[in-house]
Amino acid sequence: MVDIFGIPSAALFGQLLIGLINGSFYALLSLGLAVIFGMLNIINFTHGAQYMLGALSAFLLLKYSGLGYWSALIVAPVLVGIVGVIIERMFLQWLYKLDHLYGLLLTFGLALIIEGVSRNYLGSAGLPYALPDSLRGGQNLGFMFLPNYRVWVIVASLTVCLGTWFVIERTRLGANLRAATENPMLVRAFGINVPRMITLTYGFGVALAAFAGVMAAPIYNVSPNMGSELIIVVFAVVVIGGMGSILGAIVTGFGLGIVEGLTKVFFPEASNTVIFVIMAIVLLISPAGLFGRRA
Amino acid sequence: MERVVEPSAKVMPLRRHSEWITFGVMVVVLLIAPFFIYPLFLMQALCFALFACAFNLLIGYVGLLSFGHALYFGWASYIAAQAAKVWGLPPELAILTGTAAAATLGVVAGSLAIRRQGIYFAMITLALAQMMYFVALRAKFTGGEDGIQGVPRGHLLGLVDLRSDMAMYLLVLAIFLAGILFIHRIIHSPFGEVLKAIRENEPRAISLGYKTERYKLAAFVLSATLAGAAGSTKALVVQIASLTDVNWPMSGEVVLMTLVGGLGTIFGPVVGSFVILVMQYKLAFLGEWVLVIQGVIFVACVLLFRRGIIGEIANWLRIRL
Repeated sequence: MVDIFGIPSAALFGQLLIGLINGSFYALLSLGLAVIFGMLNIINFTHGAQYMLGALSAFLLLKYSGLGYWSALIVAPVLVGIVGVIIERMFLQWLYKLDHLYGLLLTFGLALIIEGVSRNYLGSAGLPYALPDSLRGGQNLGFMFLPNYRVWVIVASLTVCLGTWFVIERTRLGANLRAATENPMLVRAFGINVPRMITLTYGFGVALAAFAGVMAAPIYNVSPNMGSELIIVVFAVVVIGGMGSILGAIVTGFGLGIVEGLTKVFFPEASNTVIFVIMAIVLLISPAGLFGRRA
Repeated sequence: MERVVEPSAKVMPLRRHSEWITFGVMVVVLLIAPFFIYPLFLMQALCFALFACAFNLLIGYVGLLSFGHALYFGWASYIAAQAAKVWGLPPELAILTGTAAAATLGVVAGSLAIRRQGIYFAMITLALAQMMYFVALRAKFTGGEDGIQGVPRGHLLGLVDLRSDMAMYLLVLAIFLAGILFIHRIIHSPFGEVLKAIRENEPRAISLGYKTERYKLAAFVLSATLAGAAGSTKALVVQIASLTDVNWPMSGEVVLMTLVGGLGTIFGPVVGSFVILVMQYKLAFLGEWVLVIQGVIFVACVLLFRRGIIGEIANWLRIRL
């Protein structure tokens, strides 16, 4: 057994891996928040509840229609995305002209509703969701055991994150989207249906959260409050990274996951608070965030 | 943000003094109330009312949404409980200690949070509150899941035995009324006018030469301090300090109380906190559905009546409340 800084390497790499997994979820969720904020000017407090809905739909799909993990990975985000589109049409679209605090309050209310209904349905305890058969087992790398599923989560979320970045920064659709963020009136004058674009953006951001939820289901159990604590950490991640940059959100998400994992090894008492402490330090040094533009 | 129409100069005296008349009615009602309503419930409601008023000072008059006010409420109640139980301080000093702790936390959290505007401000306050929740969860003296139980109420100034609910009620009422009068004084002072100017148009206030950051920090600390006074008092009332009061749902609840009553009105948060608490007691048998109902109220308030109960009444009667 090799020791690094007096820590057995297996423990160190194990926590690093968990950090990367958490980082994947931070990245996916803060990316969704940033995309939504860019178009709607609303901080989506429902994001955590929608992440939970993703995991919950995966569980229900398996239980009632026999759809396994791989189908759920596609179906659950689509379903939750459709719910998101309905939410945008029913509630959010009335708020764009108001102070953006109202968007936060409304989505907080929606999060309470979704969480409350799921708690009535599930109870507060978690429900187990089995690993897909094709991703069972793992590789023994000599210095640590590497479970296949965890590798898959990291690769899949990196792919989705970078795919989103590519679409927004490098394609015509993304160019329209960015233009609509800057000046919606002008983009409408060019004949582009901006309200529909806003609706679909919200649906997409929400689907990202649900996708993260499905991937989280086999790692953590499916529980009604899995989203609410996570979303507060993701808010801190967003404050650290700033919401101006897609790539910034991804880098910050993964980076903070790793830092959190390392804290668990070296200073376990602080592992819950380390991200908030980093947020405080970043606010002191560079108030606009690491990748943010000064508002 | 929607605002109540300011009464014109030539309105009837009844309208001009609407705030004082309402205040008088409220004092009378609260003096009679304990003969008809369970005093313990009233005391808790008054603590939450003061908490909501403190929160409203920020969102209603400076336009800052703090989504982490449970931090000051909950930590003040821990410190006050510790002071009364372990350090053996008399109740008046225990409350002051808790309040001072909240003020200190307010200085630290406030100076971090005002470094960002708008929506980031809300997220930062929420994150800092969550951090201190984890500290409370871990710290030895807070007793973790059990909280600090069996906090003695003691004798006020060594004279009045606060174990009597009536004596305790009068103390809570006095603290609450002092808090309301203090807030009223703040928002009608020149300082309060600057706060409102920041709410309306911060860049313009800056261009007029006001150091808005200082004003915002001062308002933040005042709000945290008053929230702390409410939390400390509650610790003595219910004789327990627990994690519930420092966790994020409590921050959400105080937002809800203020929103229901009316943002930026003096009496709105008081009415809102009574409405929400009565609802929680009456509907407690519904279990988790209370959460859903609170969510529905949030959505309904934001979409349908952003002025809240008192705001709607004030707007209808064209008076200030």
